[in-house]
Amino acid sequence: MHSLKGVKRRNTMILYLLLTVMAIVWVVPILWIILTSFRGEGGAFVNYFWPKTYTFHNYVQLFTNSQYPFGRWFLNTLFVSIVSGFISTALVLAMAYSLSRLRFKLKGPFLKVALVLNMFPGFMAMFAIYYILKAAGLTQSLFTLILVYVSGAGLGFYIQKGFFDTIPYSLDESAMLDGATKWQIFTKITLPLSKPIIVFTALTAFTGPWMDFIFAQVIMGDNVKNYTVAIGLYSMMTKETANSLFMSFAAGAVIIAIPITILFIVLQRFYVSGVTSGSVKG
Amino acid sequence: MFKRKKHSTFEEHIPLTKLFKKADGATKASYIIMGAANIANKQYLKGFIFLLLEISWVAWLFTTGLKAYHNMITLGTHAQGLVYDKKLGISVLKAGDNSMLLLLWGMLAVIITVLFILLYRANLGSARKIWELKQAGETLPTLKQDLASLLDEKMHVTLMAIPMTGVLFFTILPLIYMIAIAFTSYDHNHLPPKNLFSWVGFANFGNVISGQMANTFFPVLAWTLIWAVAATVTSFFFGVILAMMINAKGIKGKKVFRTIFILTMAIPAFISLLIMNNMFADGGLVNTLLINSGLIKTSLPFFTNPLFAKFTIIVVNLWIGIPATMLVTTGILQNQSEEQIEAAEIDGANKFQIFKSITFPKIVFVMAPSLIQQFIGNVNNFNVIYLLTGGGPANSNYYGAGSTDLLITWLYNLTLNTADYNLASVIGILIFILSATFSLIAYKKISNSGMEA
Repeated sequence: MHSLKGVKRRNTMILYLLLTVMAIVWVVPILWIILTSFRGEGGAFVNYFWPKTYTFHNYVQLFTNSQYPFGRWFLNTLFVSIVSGFISTALVLAMAYSLSRLRFKLKGPFLKVALVLNMFPGFMAMFAIYYILKAAGLTQSLFTLILVYVSGAGLGFYIQKGFFDTIPYSLDESAMLDGATKWQIFTKITLPLSKPIIVFTALTAFTGPWMDFIFAQVIMGDNVKNYTVAIGLYSMMTKETANSLFMSFAAGAVIIAIPITILFIVLQRFYVSGVTSGSVKG
Repeated sequence: MFKRKKHSTFEEHIPLTKLFKKADGATKASYIIMGAANIANKQYLKGFIFLLLEISWVAWLFTTGLKAYHNMITLGTHAQGLVYDKKLGISVLKAGDNSMLLLLWGMLAVIITVLFILLYRANLGSARKIWELKQAGETLPTLKQDLASLLDEKMHVTLMAIPMTGVLFFTILPLIYMIAIAFTSYDHNHLPPKNLFSWVGFANFGNVISGQMANTFFPVLAWTLIWAVAATVTSFFFGVILAMMINAKGIKGKKVFRTIFILTMAIPAFISLLIMNNMFADGGLVNTLLINSGLIKTSLPFFTNPLFAKFTIIVVNLWIGIPATMLVTTGILQNQSEEQIEAAEIDGANKFQIFKSITFPKIVFVMAPSLIQQFIGNVNNFNVIYLLTGGGPANSNYYGAGSTDLLITWLYNLTLNTADYNLASVIGILIFILSATFSLIAYKKISNSGMEA
């Protein structure tokens, strides 16, 4: 009995050890970027972990360097993400509700077509989208960026549809017997029951523009003042500037990572149910 | 009592050919003059909208539409070039046809006509509805009722109109345009507006599969598949192990551990990957710390040796992939039924047997669809390669690709660096075929095994 307890304790110790080592491996890059953002000396490559001097200069430089107007990028991103977040949420919910609850002839075929369209690599269409926007004279503006982010809403409804599918249909039926129209059912019954998925949709739509550095780059080209933070920070890491601007890059990374991290921690329970909800129907 | 019709089946309609024989004059006229039946039955607004749209389509067809179709077939006949100007006495540069724009307008013209055909169908449907209601002796809906139905039985039209417009212009139009490009000679030698390009049939597909590009395509395809399998399997496997470790009995601070790993998921990929790129570089933190500690003498070629770089990519990807699997697996483990496990324990099963026969199959079952999505996502994982190695180290045997380039980053290089749009489109189509075939087979497998269970 005693030896069994001993084995158990030893196993637990090994588990703790392994977990701690792994936790360190996962934390070190994050810690390093935070330390780098406060580092006062050196460039992109230094041969030690802990900075020799600490400073806020990197953060100050981020907001004062006119060649890399981070403050403006931040406001651009905030604007784009709030507007596109609102519109995307409305459109995604409208699509998901129609495809989950309403009956119409082309629903089955449409779901199949949507599945096929989603299988094409998004990059393939990116350059065609660029030329379409260029032909329409729409490139390089924030409005265009919002338009492009919002246009993805029509095909990104799967998680939300899965959620609407779980709301009992009997609720709709009893409301119909009372003479409610579909619109009333949607706004007065379904939406109030769907707060979690509305929050999830809004927050995912909101975080998108903070992370996209490639689509936005193609649309904005060299119009630096309309950059979002992601392209802006990425543009700081060219071969010529990577060394001198690395600490400012780190500072910018910390600034945008903070709000997204907070949102993500709030979001994580939705994330799990989103991933696993697809399995219910197989 | 119940005003509403049962929605279980769609109403049966008389076929349109039969309708034409049986119906009255105004309905018959609707086959040529759109909206005639509506106007004859006092649905003026609807009728005139139909009529107006028909007139504008015909006007468009004869002013620009036919020309657009013709141009789409020829893709332009006049190349840009010097033309002798008699007045000036010198040759001046004269703009030619722009094949790229001609193709784009052609595609748009096709879409306009498809939309018109749908509108024509809607017009006939409306005429039929009027005829059927009249046959049944019911009153026709007024404009007000028609509008009200947009918030009731026709609400899907209201809700889906805007998103579908977005899909049409920003997904379908670009996609058919790019698919069309795959059948043209739009490469670095045929760049509009300077040069014209033309239709070449399946030549580009031949080039990629058995021509000059095959020497790049097949190695890149092989590495794409190896990468996608390795990345998906390792992230899944180690993620499950990590979740089991954190959830093991007797471990305290589960929440702290979990939060540490989840934190890394929240950091935008382009940041964490650029940091990793910096850390594993030749003069980067990892190499200098290893040298300083005396473990190695010279820098490890994390990104400079082709084989080493491939390992580095898969290992670094674990840093991103493990927490995601861990998070989902934890959710599954917490919902696991205790009874089943207790019953197995009573039957004398040990922990490993329980894991192998109960827990693991359950995790695989629940996560199977997301595993398929992860695999497809990894086939198209642009970020990891682009930010970590940029496709490098360079490989002189390849055209426009480095040793670690995936099909998707090669596609990107072909459009941005070498301007071979036609090849890029072929690659895109091949990626689509790969993803679609794989997911079709995988989903079939899952649903079959689900029925057996």
